[in-house]
Amino acid sequence: MTVTDVRKDIDALTLTITAVFAAPAERVWTVWSDPRRLERWWGPPTHPATVTDHDLRPGGVVRYFMTSPEGDKYHGFWTIATVDAPHHLSFEDAFADDAGNAAPNMPVTRAEVTLRELGDGRTEMIVASTFPSAEAMEQLIEMGMLAGIVLCITQITPLLAEA
Amino acid sequence: MVEAHAAVDPAEAHIDRLLHALSDATRRDIVRHTLRGEHSVSSLARRYPMSFAAVQKHVAVLHRAGIVSKQAKGREQLVRADIDAVRTVARLLDQYEAIWRGRMDRIDALLAEPEQGADP
Repeated sequence: MTVTDVRKDIDALTLTITAVFAAPAERVWTVWSDPRRLERWWGPPTHPATVTDHDLRPGGVVRYFMTSPEGDKYHGFWTIATVDAPHHLSFEDAFADDAGNAAPNMPVTRAEVTLRELGDGRTEMIVASTFPSAEAMEQLIEMGMLAGIVLCITQITPLLAEA
Repeated sequence: MVEAHAAVDPAEAHIDRLLHALSDATRRDIVRHTLRGEHSVSSLARRYPMSFAAVQKHVAVLHRAGIVSKQAKGREQLVRADIDAVRTVARLLDQYEAIWRGRMDRIDALLAEPEQGADP
Protein backbone atom coordinates (compact mmCIF):
# COMPACT_ATOMS: atom_id res chain seq x y z
CA MET A 1 0.00 0.00 0.00
CA THR A 2 1.30 3.39 -0.97
CA VAL A 3 -0.91 5.33 1.43
CA THR A 4 -0.23 4.25 5.00
CA ASP A 5 -2.25 6.74 7.03
CA VAL A 6 -5.05 9.27 6.59
CA ARG A 7 -6.11 11.70 9.27
CA LYS A 8 -9.05 14.05 8.99
CA ASP A 9 -9.58 16.87 11.40
CA ILE A 10 -13.08 18.08 10.65
CA ASP A 11 -12.80 20.95 13.08
CA ALA A 12 -9.51 22.26 11.68
CA LEU A 13 -10.59 21.32 8.12
CA THR A 14 -7.30 19.55 7.61
CA LEU A 15 -6.56 16.36 5.73
CA THR A 16 -3.21 14.71 6.47
CA ILE A 17 -2.23 11.85 4.19
CA THR A 18 0.91 9.73 4.60
CA ALA A 19 2.45 7.55 1.90
CA VAL A 20 5.59 5.44 1.70
CA PHE A 21 7.60 5.18 -1.52
CA ALA A 22 10.36 2.73 -2.40
CA ALA A 23 12.91 5.42 -3.19
CA PRO A 24 15.31 7.69 -1.30
CA ALA A 25 14.12 11.19 -0.35
CA GLU A 26 16.28 12.82 -3.06
CA ARG A 27 14.41 10.84 -5.70
CA VAL A 28 10.94 11.36 -4.21
CA TRP A 29 11.70 15.07 -4.05
CA THR A 30 12.02 15.18 -7.86
CA VAL A 31 8.24 14.69 -8.23
CA TRP A 32 7.95 18.21 -6.77
CA SER A 33 11.16 19.80 -8.04
CA ASP A 34 10.96 18.66 -11.67
CA PRO A 35 8.02 20.34 -13.45
CA ARG A 36 7.84 17.59 -16.09
CA ARG A 37 7.48 15.00 -13.35
CA LEU A 38 5.08 17.15 -11.34
CA GLU A 39 2.67 17.42 -14.25
CA ARG A 40 2.51 13.63 -14.52
CA TRP A 41 0.76 13.25 -11.16
CA TRP A 42 -0.82 16.53 -9.99
CA GLY A 43 -3.88 16.30 -12.21
CA PRO A 44 -6.05 13.19 -12.51
CA PRO A 45 -5.73 11.25 -15.81
CA THR A 46 -8.91 12.95 -17.05
CA HIS A 47 -7.52 16.45 -16.27
CA PRO A 48 -3.77 16.37 -16.93
CA ALA A 49 -1.73 19.26 -15.56
CA THR A 50 0.62 21.46 -17.57
CA VAL A 51 3.18 23.38 -15.51
CA THR A 52 4.07 26.71 -17.13
CA ASP A 53 6.22 28.32 -14.42
CA HIS A 54 8.19 26.57 -11.74
CA ASP A 55 10.21 28.55 -9.22
CA LEU A 56 10.55 26.39 -6.13
CA ARG A 57 12.02 29.02 -3.80
CA PRO A 58 10.45 30.91 -0.90
CA GLY A 59 8.21 33.54 -2.51
CA GLY A 60 8.49 31.75 -5.85
CA VAL A 61 5.49 30.75 -7.92
CA VAL A 62 4.54 27.51 -9.65
CA ARG A 63 1.86 28.01 -12.30
CA TYR A 64 -0.17 25.26 -13.88
CA PHE A 65 -3.39 24.56 -15.67
CA MET A 66 -5.42 21.40 -15.92
CA THR A 67 -7.23 20.52 -19.14
CA SER A 68 -10.63 18.83 -19.08
CA PRO A 69 -11.70 16.25 -21.70
CA GLU A 70 -13.77 19.06 -23.26
CA GLY A 71 -10.67 21.22 -23.55
CA ASP A 72 -11.56 23.62 -20.71
CA LYS A 73 -8.54 24.91 -18.85
CA TYR A 74 -8.47 25.35 -15.07
CA HIS A 75 -5.63 27.57 -13.94
CA GLY A 76 -3.98 27.52 -10.57
CA PHE A 77 -0.77 28.52 -8.93
CA TRP A 78 1.26 27.82 -5.84
CA THR A 79 2.98 30.50 -3.82
CA ILE A 80 5.95 28.85 -2.17
CA ALA A 81 6.31 29.60 1.54
CA THR A 82 9.21 27.40 2.63
CA VAL A 83 11.55 24.97 0.86
CA ASP A 84 14.12 22.70 2.44
CA ALA A 85 15.11 20.15 -0.23
CA PRO A 86 14.64 17.23 -0.05
CA HIS A 87 12.71 17.21 3.20
CA HIS A 88 10.19 20.00 3.37
CA LEU A 89 7.96 22.14 1.20
CA SER A 90 5.01 24.35 2.07
CA PHE A 91 2.90 26.43 -0.27
CA GLU A 92 -0.49 27.98 -0.83
CA ASP A 93 -2.50 26.61 -3.73
CA ALA A 94 -4.79 29.19 -5.31
CA PHE A 95 -6.96 29.68 -8.36
CA ALA A 96 -6.09 31.91 -11.28
CA ASP A 97 -7.99 33.40 -14.20
CA ASP A 98 -7.34 32.34 -17.79
CA ALA A 99 -4.42 34.77 -18.01
CA GLY A 100 -2.87 33.09 -14.97
CA ASN A 101 -3.51 36.05 -12.66
CA ALA A 102 -4.70 35.47 -9.10
CA ALA A 103 -8.47 35.11 -8.96
CA PRO A 104 -9.76 37.44 -6.23
CA ASN A 105 -11.94 36.06 -3.43
CA MET A 106 -11.11 32.50 -4.31
CA PRO A 107 -10.20 30.01 -1.61
CA VAL A 108 -6.59 29.22 -0.93
CA THR A 109 -5.54 25.80 0.33
CA ARG A 110 -2.38 25.50 2.39
CA ALA A 111 -0.22 22.44 1.77
CA GLU A 112 2.61 21.22 3.94
CA VAL A 113 4.84 18.46 2.57
CA THR A 114 7.33 16.51 4.69
CA LEU A 115 9.69 13.78 3.42
CA ARG A 116 11.41 11.47 5.86
CA GLU A 117 13.78 8.62 4.99
CA LEU A 118 12.90 5.42 6.81
CA GLY A 119 16.49 4.09 6.70
CA ASP A 120 15.66 1.08 4.51
CA GLY A 121 15.75 2.88 1.17
CA ARG A 122 12.13 3.96 1.50
CA THR A 123 10.78 7.45 2.11
CA GLU A 124 7.67 8.53 3.95
CA MET A 125 5.86 11.54 2.53
CA ILE A 126 3.29 13.42 4.60
CA VAL A 127 1.02 15.97 2.93
CA ALA A 128 -1.20 18.10 5.17
CA SER A 129 -3.82 20.16 3.34
CA THR A 130 -5.74 22.81 5.23
CA PHE A 131 -8.80 24.69 4.05
CA PRO A 132 -9.02 28.23 5.42
CA SER A 133 -12.72 27.79 6.26
CA ALA A 134 -15.71 25.63 5.57
CA GLU A 135 -16.82 28.40 3.22
CA ALA A 136 -13.62 27.91 1.28
CA MET A 137 -14.40 24.22 0.98
CA GLU A 138 -17.82 25.19 -0.26
CA GLN A 139 -16.26 27.48 -2.86
CA LEU A 140 -13.97 24.70 -4.00
CA ILE A 141 -17.04 22.57 -4.55
CA GLU A 142 -18.69 25.34 -6.55
CA MET A 143 -15.59 25.65 -8.67
CA GLY A 144 -16.04 22.06 -9.68
CA MET A 145 -12.44 21.67 -8.64
CA LEU A 146 -13.16 18.65 -6.53
CA ALA A 147 -14.92 16.66 -9.17
CA GLY A 148 -17.39 14.21 -7.78
CA ILE A 149 -18.17 16.07 -4.60
CA VAL A 150 -21.40 17.56 -5.84
CA LEU A 151 -22.46 14.11 -6.96
CA CYS A 152 -21.63 12.83 -3.50
CA ILE A 153 -23.69 15.60 -1.87
CA THR A 154 -26.64 14.86 -4.11
CA GLN A 155 -26.54 11.26 -2.94
CA ILE A 156 -26.30 12.25 0.72
CA THR A 157 -29.06 14.84 0.79
CA PRO A 158 -31.93 12.32 0.55
CA LEU A 159 -30.43 10.56 3.57
CA LEU A 160 -30.41 13.81 5.50
CA ALA A 161 -34.00 14.47 4.52
CA GLU A 162 -35.01 11.18 6.14
CA ALA A 163 -33.59 12.23 9.50
CA MET B 1 -18.52 27.50 -14.44
CA VAL B 2 -19.79 29.03 -11.23
CA GLU B 3 -23.50 29.60 -11.50
CA ALA B 4 -25.98 31.03 -9.05
CA HIS B 5 -26.12 27.52 -7.77
CA ALA B 6 -28.02 27.99 -4.51
CA ALA B 7 -31.21 28.83 -6.35
CA VAL B 8 -30.73 26.02 -8.84
CA ASP B 9 -30.18 22.90 -6.85
CA PRO B 10 -31.82 22.20 -3.48
CA ALA B 11 -29.04 19.73 -2.66
CA GLU B 12 -26.44 22.44 -3.10
CA ALA B 13 -28.51 24.97 -1.21
CA HIS B 14 -28.53 22.49 1.62
CA ILE B 15 -24.77 22.05 1.61
CA ASP B 16 -24.36 25.83 1.50
CA ARG B 17 -26.28 26.13 4.76
CA LEU B 18 -24.38 23.24 6.26
CA LEU B 19 -20.94 24.64 5.51
CA HIS B 20 -21.91 28.17 6.44
CA ALA B 21 -23.19 26.88 9.76
CA LEU B 22 -19.88 25.16 10.47
CA SER B 23 -17.70 28.08 9.39
CA ASP B 24 -17.89 29.64 12.87
CA ALA B 25 -15.74 28.44 15.78
CA THR B 26 -18.46 28.89 18.42
CA ARG B 27 -20.96 26.95 16.33
CA ARG B 28 -18.45 24.15 15.79
CA ASP B 29 -17.92 24.02 19.54
CA ILE B 30 -21.67 23.83 20.12
CA VAL B 31 -21.84 20.93 17.67
CA ARG B 32 -18.95 19.11 19.35
CA HIS B 33 -20.61 19.59 22.70
CA THR B 34 -24.11 18.57 21.70
CA LEU B 35 -22.92 15.48 19.81
CA ARG B 36 -22.22 13.94 23.21
CA GLY B 37 -25.62 14.71 24.64
CA GLU B 38 -28.48 17.17 24.93
CA HIS B 39 -27.80 20.59 26.35
CA SER B 40 -30.14 23.46 27.07
CA VAL B 41 -29.51 26.78 25.34
CA SER B 42 -28.92 28.42 28.72
CA SER B 43 -26.30 25.85 29.73
CA LEU B 44 -24.60 26.35 26.36
CA ALA B 45 -24.72 30.11 26.86
CA ARG B 46 -22.71 29.76 30.08
CA ARG B 47 -19.84 28.22 28.06
CA TYR B 48 -19.18 31.27 25.90
CA PRO B 49 -18.30 34.86 26.67
CA MET B 50 -21.35 36.18 24.86
CA SER B 51 -24.99 36.92 25.54
CA PHE B 52 -27.74 34.31 25.75
CA ALA B 53 -29.30 35.92 22.66
CA ALA B 54 -26.06 35.57 20.70
CA VAL B 55 -25.77 31.87 21.57
CA GLN B 56 -29.45 31.41 20.74
CA LYS B 57 -28.72 32.88 17.29
CA HIS B 58 -25.86 30.44 16.76
CA VAL B 59 -28.15 27.56 17.72
CA ALA B 60 -30.77 28.88 15.27
CA VAL B 61 -28.22 28.88 12.40
CA LEU B 62 -27.26 25.30 13.25
CA HIS B 63 -30.93 24.33 13.46
CA ARG B 64 -31.76 25.83 10.05
CA ALA B 65 -28.84 23.89 8.55
CA GLY B 66 -30.23 20.70 10.04
CA ILE B 67 -27.15 20.13 12.17
CA VAL B 68 -28.92 20.29 15.53
CA SER B 69 -32.43 19.50 16.64
CA LYS B 70 -34.30 21.47 19.30
CA GLN B 71 -36.77 20.00 21.71
CA ALA B 72 -38.83 21.92 24.22
CA LYS B 73 -38.65 20.65 27.75
CA GLY B 74 -40.53 22.79 30.22
CA ARG B 75 -39.25 26.31 29.79
CA GLU B 76 -35.99 25.07 28.31
CA GLN B 77 -34.95 24.23 24.76
CA LEU B 78 -32.78 21.13 24.55
CA VAL B 79 -30.26 21.08 21.72
CA ARG B 80 -28.74 17.96 20.21
CA ALA B 81 -26.42 17.60 17.20
CA ASP B 82 -27.30 15.34 14.29
CA ILE B 83 -24.40 12.98 13.65
CA ASP B 84 -25.42 12.46 10.01
CA ALA B 85 -25.10 16.14 9.21
CA VAL B 86 -21.62 16.18 10.67
CA ARG B 87 -20.78 13.09 8.64
CA THR B 88 -21.63 15.01 5.47
CA VAL B 89 -18.73 17.36 6.12
CA ALA B 90 -16.57 14.34 6.83
CA ARG B 91 -17.53 13.02 3.43
CA LEU B 92 -16.30 16.21 1.77
CA LEU B 93 -12.92 15.46 3.27
CA ASP B 94 -13.32 11.87 2.01
CA GLN B 95 -13.55 13.21 -1.52
CA TYR B 96 -10.43 15.27 -1.00
CA GLU B 97 -8.75 12.18 0.38
CA ALA B 98 -9.63 10.31 -2.82
CA ILE B 99 -7.92 13.03 -4.87
CA TRP B 100 -4.74 12.69 -2.80
CA ARG B 101 -4.82 8.89 -2.86
CA GLY B 102 -4.88 9.12 -6.66
CA ARG B 103 -1.92 11.49 -6.59
CA MET B 104 0.06 9.24 -4.27
CA ASP B 105 -0.60 6.25 -6.55
CA ARG B 106 0.59 8.21 -9.59
CA ILE B 107 3.75 9.29 -7.76
CA ASP B 108 4.36 5.68 -6.82
CA ALA B 109 4.05 4.60 -10.47
CA LEU B 110 6.32 7.46 -11.54
CA LEU B 111 9.01 6.49 -9.04
CA ALA B 112 8.82 2.86 -10.16
CA GLU B 113 9.99 3.85 -13.65
CA PRO B 114 13.70 3.44 -14.40
CA GLU B 115 15.63 6.62 -13.65
CA GLN B 116 16.31 8.73 -16.72
CA GLY B 117 19.95 8.69 -17.72
CA ALA B 118 20.74 6.12 -15.09
CA ASP B 119 23.08 3.30 -15.93
CA PRO B 120 21.20 0.04 -16.45
